[in-house]
Amino acid sequence: MTNQPPNVLACIDGSVLTEAVCDYAAWISQRVAAPLELLHTINHHPEMANNANLSGNIGLGSQEHLLEEIILLEQQQSKLKLQKGKLLLQAAKERVIAAGTADPICSKRHGNLIESLIELEDSIRVLVLGIRGQVHDNKNKQLGAKLESVIRSLHRPILIVNDTFKEPQRIMLAYDGSKATNKAVDMVAASPLYAGLNCHLICVNNNEDTAAKLLQQATEKLQSAGNIEVTASKLKGRADQALCEYQQTQDIDLTVMGAFSHNRLHDMLLGSFTHKMLLNTNKPLLFLR
Amino acid sequence: MLLLSKKQDWLGNIRGDIMAGIVVALALIPEAIAFSIIAGVDPKVGLYASFCIALITAFTGGRPGMISAATGSMALLMVTLVKEQGLQYLLVATLLTGVLQILAGYLKLGSLMSFIARSVVTGFVNALAILIFIAQLPELTDVSWHVYAMTAGGLGIIYLFPYMPFIGKSVPSPLVCILLLTAIAMYLKLDIHTVGDMGDLPDTLPFFLWPDVPLTLETLKIVLPYSVPLAVVGLLESLMTATIIDDLTDTGSDKNRECKGQGIANITAGLFGGMAGCAMIGQSVINVKSGGRGRLSTLCAGTFLLIMVVFMDEWIKQIPMAALVAVMIMVSIGTFSWSSIININRLPLSANIIMLATVIVVVWTHNLALGVFVGVLLASLFFANKISHFMYVDSTLDEDSSTRTYHVNGQIFFNSADSFVAYFNFKEVLEKVIIDLTHAHFWDISAVYALDKVVIKFRREGADVELIGLNEASATIIDRFGIQNNPEEIGKVMGGHS
Repeated sequence: MTNQPPNVLACIDGSVLTEAVCDYAAWISQRVAAPLELLHTINHHPEMANNANLSGNIGLGSQEHLLEEIILLEQQQSKLKLQKGKLLLQAAKERVIAAGTADPICSKRHGNLIESLIELEDSIRVLVLGIRGQVHDNKNKQLGAKLESVIRSLHRPILIVNDTFKEPQRIMLAYDGSKATNKAVDMVAASPLYAGLNCHLICVNNNEDTAAKLLQQATEKLQSAGNIEVTASKLKGRADQALCEYQQTQDIDLTVMGAFSHNRLHDMLLGSFTHKMLLNTNKPLLFLR
Repeated sequence: MLLLSKKQDWLGNIRGDIMAGIVVALALIPEAIAFSIIAGVDPKVGLYASFCIALITAFTGGRPGMISAATGSMALLMVTLVKEQGLQYLLVATLLTGVLQILAGYLKLGSLMSFIARSVVTGFVNALAILIFIAQLPELTDVSWHVYAMTAGGLGIIYLFPYMPFIGKSVPSPLVCILLLTAIAMYLKLDIHTVGDMGDLPDTLPFFLWPDVPLTLETLKIVLPYSVPLAVVGLLESLMTATIIDDLTDTGSDKNRECKGQGIANITAGLFGGMAGCAMIGQSVINVKSGGRGRLSTLCAGTFLLIMVVFMDEWIKQIPMAALVAVMIMVSIGTFSWSSIININRLPLSANIIMLATVIVVVWTHNLALGVFVGVLLASLFFANKISHFMYVDSTLDEDSSTRTYHVNGQIFFNSADSFVAYFNFKEVLEKVIIDLTHAHFWDISAVYALDKVVIKFRREGADVELIGLNEASATIIDRFGIQNNPEEIGKVMGGHS
């Protein structure tokens, strides 16, 4: 695995957003010229019981029979899941090939998504993930249960898809001078993904001077990289509201930001900015970590 | 660390865990009472122990979904202590057992389980089942025909009730057996033994009580010979049960945490007036069968047990012993590994001997630890014997120079050393002997002595001896080998050998 070039990894689970995830992943993989890998995880739930026989007795060979019974049941369920996964990946593969990606890799893994992603981390260049999984389909104001854990445990760029695909023209980069956003600016400047795009560099700060100074620095950094068209703007007010409004008025296609730079306790008490952005925006978010 | 658990261990299977917890609690009551009677203490000692142990292992145990409580295997080990010294010394022995188990957990002795061969495990569970059955016999000797009739009827209810349509699979049949038999006994006013005749039942919640014994070396001398086997048997049965549940649920468990968890549970039991306990194979299987998977099932089992016992003690007193005997016979039948008897013709003779030896030693001594010791010893001997066959020596003679070259292949260690020496022909008149050891492994000092012996004998007969490949052959003697599971090192030592 270590010798391979890192992949753009798209997580496929059969939810409504799966198609959009495929499209965005295809777009990124073509722009950064990295192979595309489609991942579907098949999760058993050993912590859940499928059978319940409350007769409470044990007789001749109870243990052996019980084991056989459980194995048979789980085998059937797993076979169904395998079959479903195969179909999903097939459909996704056809879709990304139609979108122009040559030779996507299809992988199926047993185990839960977070564990699989952590194991694969070294081979990931960009992770593409739907904002909510199949369980929460059609619940528009709900985030996927694993989303925060995935973002927190991986240190790779993660694109969160929450709407159908539209090829990004204008991206928005939220900047506040913090370590996380400085890193984001560096990464945007260095990556071929953003070449030729119009980048709106936004600083939300109630002090105009600070904002101007911060924007100045970041703009220079971005422009020195070359092919990025920078539009710098200062905004006031609450960061999440201001950014979302700006995004709508300027017709931004993609928001780039740092994510979860505070620990869980801080976020639990004060609320997380990343969390608010995830809830309030309806355009894809790219988290750089 | 000991209290750390994943959310899904607790909340992954709430409905299944609660239902299974109730079923298990109902099955635990007769068992806890029966095992107290085996140990010779009041039923409340076993019931308090079952509550404490189930409650504590739910949090500290290493295997979610496993049921621990007062057990027969432990009860059998404490009979003499209770008879000679009384309950207070049993409580101290329980505390010490807990301490020893925690120690075992920190010394990571859980990994020693890998020395216990499959046949020994089978022998252990079979012996356990036989002991539980034998323990019921006093209730079935010198009694009126009513008792036999009730026991037989009880067994009939337990095994036939689940075939009833609709309710058969949703009401625990042991409970139906107990309720029906109690009702019959009360209605007919039969003069037979009831649980109430066996000693006190709990009427309050358990409370903290430091055992009333002098804390002297004398006390330690009395309880230590009981605590050590208690600790060993408790861990053995717990770890074996954990492996069974691992297999059933296709998940892993933390064996060393289980050791510590059992220790803490036993200390708690000892401080709250309970006897020592461990994991229960039968109950854990019932738990999984009833849909229990998580820690919540163990917690529910303990909690419901206590609630039922404390609030229904007047009713529990009326339960005829015949009903308990029927339930315990079911437990022994369910614990016994019948496949080990059915397949006895298909299994290798050595496996059967190990299994039977374990069973015989346990039934004879009533000590599961001794049985396991004999089983492990036999299994090791059989293994050493098998491996010693993997050795042969062939030779070629070069007549011109009167030189014979011996090629040694295979494993040379204490058991094969003599047959190694026997391969050499010392009567042959030779100028020179070459011993090629490139394809041999010398595992211990016995092997080296054997080689020395061969060389000396040849020299005494007047031959020159040359050894080839000694370094490769003796690399396995170094004790460090085997500790490092380094593929490269193993390849270096074993490589090129067949």
